[in-house]
Amino acid sequence: MLHTVWFVVVAFFWTGFFVLEGFDFGVGVLHMIVGRTDVEKRVAINAIGPFWDGNEVWLIVAGASMFAAFPAWYATMFSSLYLALLLVLVALMARGVSFEYRGKLTDSRWSAAWSWALTVGSALLPLLIGVALGDLLVGLPINAQHTYTGNFLDLLTGYGLFTGATLLALSVLHGATFLVLKTTDPVRERARRIVLRLGWIPVLMVIWFSVWTRLLHSDRVVPDPVESLAIVAVIATVWLAALGHEGAAFGASSLAIGATVASLFIELSPNVMVSSTSSAYNLTVSNASSAHYALVVMTVVAALALPVVLIYQGWSYYVFRSRVSGPRETSEPKLGPAASDGQG
Amino acid sequence: MVDLARWQFATTSIYHFLFVPVTIGLGFLVALLQTAWYRNGRPEYLRLTRFFGTLLLINVAIGVVTGLVQEFEFGMNWATWARYVGDVFGGPLAMEGLFAFFLESTFIGLWVFGWERLPRRVHLACIWCVSIGAALSAMFIMIANSWMQHPVGYTINHSTGQPQLSNVWDLFTNGTFIWGYVHVLLASLVTGSLVMLAVSTWQLRRDPGGAGAPFRHSARLSVIVLVPSIVLAMMVGSQLGVVETKYQPMKIAAAEAQWETCKPCSFSAFQIGGGSNDHTPSQIIEIPHLLSLLATGSWNGEVKGLSQLQGEYEKRYGPGNYVPDVFIQYWSMRVMAYLASLIALFALWGAWLVHRDGLARSRWFLRLAPWAVITPFLMNTAGWLLTENGRQPWIVQGLMKTVEGASRSVSETQVIISLTVFVLVYLLLGAADLALMLRYGRRELSGEDDHSSGGGEDSPSPGGHVPVAALTY
Repeated sequence: MLHTVWFVVVAFFWTGFFVLEGFDFGVGVLHMIVGRTDVEKRVAINAIGPFWDGNEVWLIVAGASMFAAFPAWYATMFSSLYLALLLVLVALMARGVSFEYRGKLTDSRWSAAWSWALTVGSALLPLLIGVALGDLLVGLPINAQHTYTGNFLDLLTGYGLFTGATLLALSVLHGATFLVLKTTDPVRERARRIVLRLGWIPVLMVIWFSVWTRLLHSDRVVPDPVESLAIVAVIATVWLAALGHEGAAFGASSLAIGATVASLFIELSPNVMVSSTSSAYNLTVSNASSAHYALVVMTVVAALALPVVLIYQGWSYYVFRSRVSGPRETSEPKLGPAASDGQG
Repeated sequence: MVDLARWQFATTSIYHFLFVPVTIGLGFLVALLQTAWYRNGRPEYLRLTRFFGTLLLINVAIGVVTGLVQEFEFGMNWATWARYVGDVFGGPLAMEGLFAFFLESTFIGLWVFGWERLPRRVHLACIWCVSIGAALSAMFIMIANSWMQHPVGYTINHSTGQPQLSNVWDLFTNGTFIWGYVHVLLASLVTGSLVMLAVSTWQLRRDPGGAGAPFRHSARLSVIVLVPSIVLAMMVGSQLGVVETKYQPMKIAAAEAQWETCKPCSFSAFQIGGGSNDHTPSQIIEIPHLLSLLATGSWNGEVKGLSQLQGEYEKRYGPGNYVPDVFIQYWSMRVMAYLASLIALFALWGAWLVHRDGLARSRWFLRLAPWAVITPFLMNTAGWLLTENGRQPWIVQGLMKTVEGASRSVSETQVIISLTVFVLVYLLLGAADLALMLRYGRRELSGEDDHSSGGGEDSPSPGGHVPVAALTY
């Protein structure tokens, strides 16, 4: 029973990670596109400045709670995906350091180099993590001892790559709606154009992702409720953005990426890692979990910590609720949260 | 492949732990500076807070990303071990994420961006939350590591043969944890205060009357924190040694290159030879009874020799070599302890100068202090080598050997690739970190730090000019 609860918790952390860090990835990818001057790029970066680090912790707790609640899953997944995870780590390092270091010197080669680190890192992360999550569902060669028997190329499954591409597209969409909500023109206008002109890409990908996910282990193509929610939400994102409902559009893109990730985990259960060698070798919620006492301890810990975390993380979004603006015409260029103007 | 995996884990851990004590120690000191400003309202203290806060952030950036590597590495390279210990070890790691990392990472964003958005009291609470988060993070890691050194609070599941958590409180009352954690905290305070002292004295020496003058406050603060920290660190470390003699006698015996059981035991201050194949090193300096005191707390205490322990362990665990690398043990212990003694003397000198209000005028102290900043990094590294190497050949003392813990599906080629990548990336990041620390450590303290958030345009000057208020991105 508790291991089912913990599967939900792990899925919750992965979902939360993409809902939150997803827009950080999107902004990272887009910052050189929506920002032409250095100031404009910094506007985009500062829009996620207060949040990206706290959002990244969702990845850490997703991994750590896998280790605690499902050690076999953690062990098999992290050792199978070895080189892919190495790339993930390099991307995390490049991106993470770029936030802090980019603006530390005024040398344009320095900031350009860190901008590229931020962009490439932000693009690689949803892509690679998506491949990892997709591989869990489509299946990897795993033997009876739950050891991976394939090589690096076996990780690049078609479904995994498509999951990664879908999550990348959703992250970019999500980042764009965030910028529309949290910046002023010209960055805001450029972000809005990206949503309207390119939003059809994630829409098509989410639809195809739902169909493909269904087809993996069944004959039916009709999406289940959560997948349907994802499809409706991603379409709504573009529609709401076109109507100028900026907050609602961001809410829709959050729902779109969240429901997409959640649908993968729903489809995955009761397995946690599918073996393409034989379904008898699947890692499941039951056979991969820790014993009862450890799960009880972890449940108490999560029950104590999570509400508090959600409150103070939510509060930080409230503190920095106003838009980030660039320099005004007559005064000293000033970067930082400006007074709310226009739609909030 | 196990050897490569060990090299990699040692490399990434040592590198990560270059930055962690700075985060914990300097973070605490920055919180103190901001508290002082909150109380006395003097602009000098605000400028110092933001000055050292910038150095803290430059350091935290690398500390965080190198920490991510550690979490992933457990599963990537040591999957067999992870599967085996996860029921016990995974818990503290998850607690670390939920209690410590969320706190530290959320509030650091609030602190960096919240200078003019938050009421002063709330903003001050933010940096304290960061400091507490960092200290909590160290706590959970030490709980986990201490369990590897001295497993407690578990039972062995008879069908799987794996340890299972049976009493979480035992993890917190583990003697290895209590003394080890306090020791790490104190070592972090030593590190942070030596970093602050190095920068402060350099600034004081460069311009004692003008821009450097406010640094006498931070110099004084660092000395006041350094003195009790280094003295207590040595005392706690000594007590940790006594605990380890009880639970990991091989570790301590190897650290003393003590091949034969002795009672009483002399402390070997300097020897030649004494590696794992040399059972009779040449003692150059020996201090009678000191090892008995250090290891057992009593004048005539017995310390079991490596040869005797090896025999006992073979009977208990089967054939194998149970003696850790003696050369690393012996010298890492001494590098750590001798440098600590040196720093303790240095700190006392500083304290005497502070007492006489003569620190800013002491030519020699101001000259030496910047160089002292190297020592805590050597001590911290030596300390971890001592404890981790001393646990070998065990990955979990008495339960699993290191050779048994590596991932079975990961090839040597893959580890060579990852080790190379980490070394290259870490060198690049380290170079960037050093460049920025030097540049921002030498920056002139100015009134522009009074106004928050970023950007201000820089006056046109040839590349590399330091932006004015560097706290926002």
